[in-house]
Amino acid sequence: MRHIIAILLENEAGALSRVSGLFSARGYNIESLTVAATEDPTLSRITLVTRGSDQIIEQIIKQLNKLIDVVKLVDLSEDEHIERELMLVKIKSSGSDREEIKRLTEIFRGCIIDVTSRTYTVELTGTGAKLDAFLRALEAASIIETVRSGTSGIARGDKGLSL
Amino acid sequence: MQQKSTGAEMLTGAEILARCLKDEGVEFVFGYPGGAVLHIYDALFKQEDVKHILVRHEQGASHAADGYARATGKPGVLLVTSGPGATNAVTGIATAYMDSIPMVIITGQVNTWAIGSDAFQEVDAVGITRPCVKHNFLVKDVKDLAETIKKAFYLASSGRPGPVVVDVPKDVTALTTTYHYPDKVEIRSYNPVAKGHNGQIRRAVKLLQQAKKPMLYTGGGVVLDNASQVLTEFTKMLGFPITNTLMGLGAFPASDKQFLGMLGMHGTYEANMAMHDCDVLLAVGARFDDRVVGKVAEFCPDAKIIHIDIDPASISKSVRVDVPIVGSVSSVLTDMMMLLKEQDFKTDKDAIAKWWQQIEDWRRRDCLRYDTKSEIIKPQAVIETLHKLTEGDAFVTSDVGQHQMWAAQYYGFNKPRRWINSGGLGTMGFGLPAAIGVQLAHPDETVCCVTGEASIMMCIQELSTCLQYGLPINVVSLNNRYMGMVRQWQEFFYEGRYAMSYMDALPDFVELAHSFGHVGLRVESPADVEAALKEAIADTQRLYFIDFVTDQSENVFPMIEQGKGHHEMHLPAHMSPERDLA
Repeated sequence: MRHIIAILLENEAGALSRVSGLFSARGYNIESLTVAATEDPTLSRITLVTRGSDQIIEQIIKQLNKLIDVVKLVDLSEDEHIERELMLVKIKSSGSDREEIKRLTEIFRGCIIDVTSRTYTVELTGTGAKLDAFLRALEAASIIETVRSGTSGIARGDKGLSL
Repeated sequence: MQQKSTGAEMLTGAEILARCLKDEGVEFVFGYPGGAVLHIYDALFKQEDVKHILVRHEQGASHAADGYARATGKPGVLLVTSGPGATNAVTGIATAYMDSIPMVIITGQVNTWAIGSDAFQEVDAVGITRPCVKHNFLVKDVKDLAETIKKAFYLASSGRPGPVVVDVPKDVTALTTTYHYPDKVEIRSYNPVAKGHNGQIRRAVKLLQQAKKPMLYTGGGVVLDNASQVLTEFTKMLGFPITNTLMGLGAFPASDKQFLGMLGMHGTYEANMAMHDCDVLLAVGARFDDRVVGKVAEFCPDAKIIHIDIDPASISKSVRVDVPIVGSVSSVLTDMMMLLKEQDFKTDKDAIAKWWQQIEDWRRRDCLRYDTKSEIIKPQAVIETLHKLTEGDAFVTSDVGQHQMWAAQYYGFNKPRRWINSGGLGTMGFGLPAAIGVQLAHPDETVCCVTGEASIMMCIQELSTCLQYGLPINVVSLNNRYMGMVRQWQEFFYEGRYAMSYMDALPDFVELAHSFGHVGLRVESPADVEAALKEAIADTQRLYFIDFVTDQSENVFPMIEQGKGHHEMHLPAHMSPERDLA
């Protein structure tokens, strides 16, 4: 099963390598990982997407909690949550393609953030599946490059992951 | 009264380190100097509170600090230089990590401005040790030094203990600041829980009271938590059979009738059979290691399992348990005893009497019997003689292999912290340097290093350290001219192709001992074993290296092959005719 784990981490040099090192040392996989400082500069927040049986996820959570730099964590998949990913795509677009790509961007509620005579650069936010769908809607040959942020997640409702 | 620290004293980083160690009550620092730690060595030179023990190789220092920690329960302290100093210590750090031994390791580092420039003797010590420490720090500002050292000692010795590395760049040891050593530190993300959950404890007690074939399986956590007395009282109260893991030996007296011996790959027949047949298993401070569990699917197939451990991550890691209890062994067992007392210790006495009959049947098969009439020295006989002469009360360190298993099986430890070996990592070369730490901690006690001719060669240089500090260790070397355990596996599983397991071109160990300034003896006849050991133990001034020439073909029995169940043991010859795998 796919799990999204949100982690509050001491914002210190080397803290991230403890998390990533734990995954590689114990043979767990990381599907995506995003990290940035929070409004409290002493803390970073990681959203980590992983897959595994219930037993493996239980171990991952226990092992993460054991890291001294991990302050708090929650498995967002246990409850209702929202996940978003940001994607930037540079697309070849000239002639009649230009209109089509613009329309497609609107349908997916993205925006064009850079334009040249031969390309559009599109910004798109959504679940990973939505971003995949947008890429499928484009002609493969027209994609010059894509960059994806990996998933960020937050729980629905009043409760928040904070100290 | 002398004040611990005055508010406004300006000290260099190096002086601060020395003061921290003193204020932490550190007796010994094991180490080896080098460029990056010269300021620290200078500061140590100028004080007399903390004694520095100079080893011959940083691996030796790491095992010595580890041995000291295992024998005393206090964190072992290690000081090494940057680069090779740090990398040489890594084996010892990993050894301590696997067995949850509290250690604080101070590694020198190149100057902060040179970090990352591939400077002379630079290595990323924090990166290299990260997977084998409980935590580690790089101190970039002298103002953080004292607090970091306090954190290191706190982390190393609380919760599930472990090694903590503090990497200190050379310029940090030269800069000055005011010295203040905090009495206490708080780490917001680290709050180990000692008290177990009441509901779970109640469920556990109920299961124990209903048990018809109960079994206690206890590990190194009991020793680490100094919970041996509580465990013994608890076990006696219940009258249940108990087995110890390799790391847990001595936590319950081996001479007691309720003790079934060690379990696992080289555990006794009765301990392993009782594990396989039990209906309620109480695991205490043990981590279901693969050498204990064997095949997971066949581990205690009919048992409800209760597991007490300070580390939540140890619970249900390899074997699912029914009643997990996170907490310290002593706290949880004390709470369980209170509950049992309230209920007059009611257990199913009839069923348990029947269970003991079954266990006695297994015990009567005498799985540890060996040929006592042999004309060649049997390694087991050496250990049994050692036990007899020391009344089971010596501190015994060991290396890794057959000799380690024989020491575990035949010495019969009656007290905790007497059996000092590398259980998790299985580090050959551990025994002699560990004995240094043990003997320094207990100068008046008998310390024996049970080893083999292969293992001892891995840290043989530490014989020199032993002379420098006048440590009267007894090195009991079981010399069979093979890496015995490797040979045993090759005999069983590789059709006797003894690839690289024969120790050719061995030194003359007697002469070797002499050249290091010690006493060397060679013993070739069973008749001379006792006299040699007696002489060595009686001499409390000099180190004895006894080279016992032992039977080359002897194997460690019983043995469970990797991936087999507890009931599928290889048994010694005298048991095989009626060998049943029931």
